[in-house]
Amino acid sequence: MEILSTILYIFLGIGVFFNCLGSVGLLRFPDVYTRLHAATKATTFGSIFTSLAVIVYGFCRWNISGDSKFVVLALHTIVALVCLIITNPTGAHAIARAAHRSGVMPKQAVIDELKEAKLK
Amino acid sequence: MSGFFNIFIIPGGLLLIFMLLSLIRLILGPTVPDRIVALDTINTLVVAGMILVGAAYEEVIYIDVAIVYALLSYIGTLYVAKYLEGGSKK
Repeated sequence: MEILSTILYIFLGIGVFFNCLGSVGLLRFPDVYTRLHAATKATTFGSIFTSLAVIVYGFCRWNISGDSKFVVLALHTIVALVCLIITNPTGAHAIARAAHRSGVMPKQAVIDELKEAKLK
Repeated sequence: MSGFFNIFIIPGGLLLIFMLLSLIRLILGPTVPDRIVALDTINTLVVAGMILVGAAYEEVIYIDVAIVYALLSYIGTLYVAKYLEGGSKK
């Protein structure tokens, strides 16, 4: 029981810390692409760890009490986590492509190879 | 088991604070894609918070709502991105 709450504290701490980094990066970075880079990856990683804490909690409570409610909780959390992992980078890709095609350029861009590739 | 309740409730409240931080970028973002990025971040945080609250109250139905919210917010993001990209698709 002591080990379980230690594991839960570690997972929740990592998850909350990376979610914090994601939302602070959204405020601190200069343009759309760097904000997308910070927010998407950090919040996806943080959400993986907070969900992992719920999964470990569900399986341990199921192991202790034998109540089938907790294994259903853990399995549905796994399904939600898989949905989040698959859909989040795809949505970020769509946003970045739409931002580039609608004419928003990176702030301190050195070269823009996507534009050069389109001109050919 | 009231100790476990407190374990999941406090990170949920912290995620609420991060949602408010992202809401600042949603309000004062200079361009439209900035606002979409902020909305996407808020959606991810809402899904994570729903999972935490479902574990705190030990209700499975909250997790199901989180699954549906993740898929629907993804479709909403794709729709807005496609609108922003321009109408004439070949």
